[in-house]
Amino acid sequence: MRFLLYTTGDNTQPSAPPTPQMIEEVGKFTDETRRAGILLATGGLGPSTTRVRNTGGKLAVTDGPFTETKELIGGFALIEVKSREEAIEWAKRFRKIVGDGDSLIQEVFGG
Amino acid sequence: MTDPDAHRAIDAVWRIESPKLIAGLTRIVRDVGLAEDLAQDALVAALEQWPESGVPAKPGAWLMATAKHRAIDRLRRDERLERKHQEIGREMEVQEGQQDGDDLLRLMFISCHPILAPEARVALTLRLLASLTTEEIARAFLVPVSTIAQRIVRAKRTLTEARVPFDVPTGPELDARLSSVLQVIYLVFNEGYSATAGDDLLRVGLCEDALRLGRVLAGLAPKEPEVHGLVALMEIQASRSRARVGPSGEMVLLLDQDRGRWDQLLIRRGLASLERAEQLGGALGPYGLQAAIAACHARARTAAETDWARIVALYDALAEITPSAVIELNRAVAVAMAFGPAAGLELVDAIASEPSLRTYHFLPSVRGDLLAKLGRHDEARAEFERAASLTQNARERELLLDRAAASSREDTPS
Repeated sequence: MRFLLYTTGDNTQPSAPPTPQMIEEVGKFTDETRRAGILLATGGLGPSTTRVRNTGGKLAVTDGPFTETKELIGGFALIEVKSREEAIEWAKRFRKIVGDGDSLIQEVFGG
Repeated sequence: MTDPDAHRAIDAVWRIESPKLIAGLTRIVRDVGLAEDLAQDALVAALEQWPESGVPAKPGAWLMATAKHRAIDRLRRDERLERKHQEIGREMEVQEGQQDGDDLLRLMFISCHPILAPEARVALTLRLLASLTTEEIARAFLVPVSTIAQRIVRAKRTLTEARVPFDVPTGPELDARLSSVLQVIYLVFNEGYSATAGDDLLRVGLCEDALRLGRVLAGLAPKEPEVHGLVALMEIQASRSRARVGPSGEMVLLLDQDRGRWDQLLIRRGLASLERAEQLGGALGPYGLQAAIAACHARARTAAETDWARIVALYDALAEITPSAVIELNRAVAVAMAFGPAAGLELVDAIASEPSLRTYHFLPSVRGDLLAKLGRHDEARAEFERAASLTQNARERELLLDRAAASSREDTPS
């Protein structure tokens, strides 16, 4: 089963940049998931969001909100595991490292 | 947390932690069977305590500490284990974490040990390294639970009695032992990919288990080209899983597949693994060559773009290092695609009387295909029917009978 784990962060508030220690721990964690054979792809998410919305055929594009920060404020991991519970366990381990905030888990189905 | 929720959460922790746990315990007690018992004891303790206390901050360390306590309890009760007492005391001093990778690799070598029958290696590896339950293994292989349970018990006993050392082989032994590990992983993958019996063409779970084991092994033995070759082969094969099965569950052949449904992420991963295998130097081994063949298909955007001449050359190389009638048959298919059905049929006819192919349904199925392309429909129909009678897979039989019927229509003058 594949799951997308992602964290978008809160781009309306300035957040403290991650400490070098946290960056190192996240790196170690990523390496651990790779060695566990579950990590298919991963990447960081930038701070700005562009929304494209269709309302009754009318397309609207909204940018922002933008913040001054150039930091990554989120990230995603595509993982392949045995069950949703296993995905949850990995997400908990990640969340313990990065602290307060939300990580979301959604199953990914083949096209 | 309600109990069922808690149990599912513990089950997830177990899947992640148990291979490392069993590997670490095997290093300490030097006995896979005893190590697994101790790990199970720790799991039972977790199931008793965690629903109340919550999952501890470091569940892996908790399980290991609990298992070690059980080990000491058992030693006190069981004098036969006395000789292990000192070893355990010494091994327990070893810093946690440092040994995880090495232990896991040793555990893979032990559970794929050539002293065990191939099906026992498969069952033990799925149990110890993929954390599958005996029931799950039995279901995947369509055999009774008791058969798998017995296979695992016997395998552990054999390893204990033979006092198989818990180490990573070196020198010339390494190649043979590694190839046994690769073979086990590939057997699991193939059982999932082209289920040899039953109605499901794919048992996706087994493919994922094999891929996971392969990816883990690639991390543990990163300098072994054949490990990357096998991973590349499995990633690329798995990329076609969805396209291989039609809307009503029927099998779709490679050249008829909708390539838009191929999983580009797995293809990219597979091509990257193949590149790693090539960069490690030397000629590609059997898995690397098969991956290179799979890559020729993966790179072609349409069936017509396939570089068949290169595939023929790769089969030539493969036939040279691992000569077999099956590879000859595959080579004949590639030759037919590159140089025409008549050239292919000539090669097929040359191996048609091979005893090893007597009940191999691909032989009549390939022969039927080439005869049909040459307009010899009556002969083609007979071959497809023969192939249908030989396959154990219901989906494949359907496809072959369809082709037989199509040949028979072609043959009827209108």
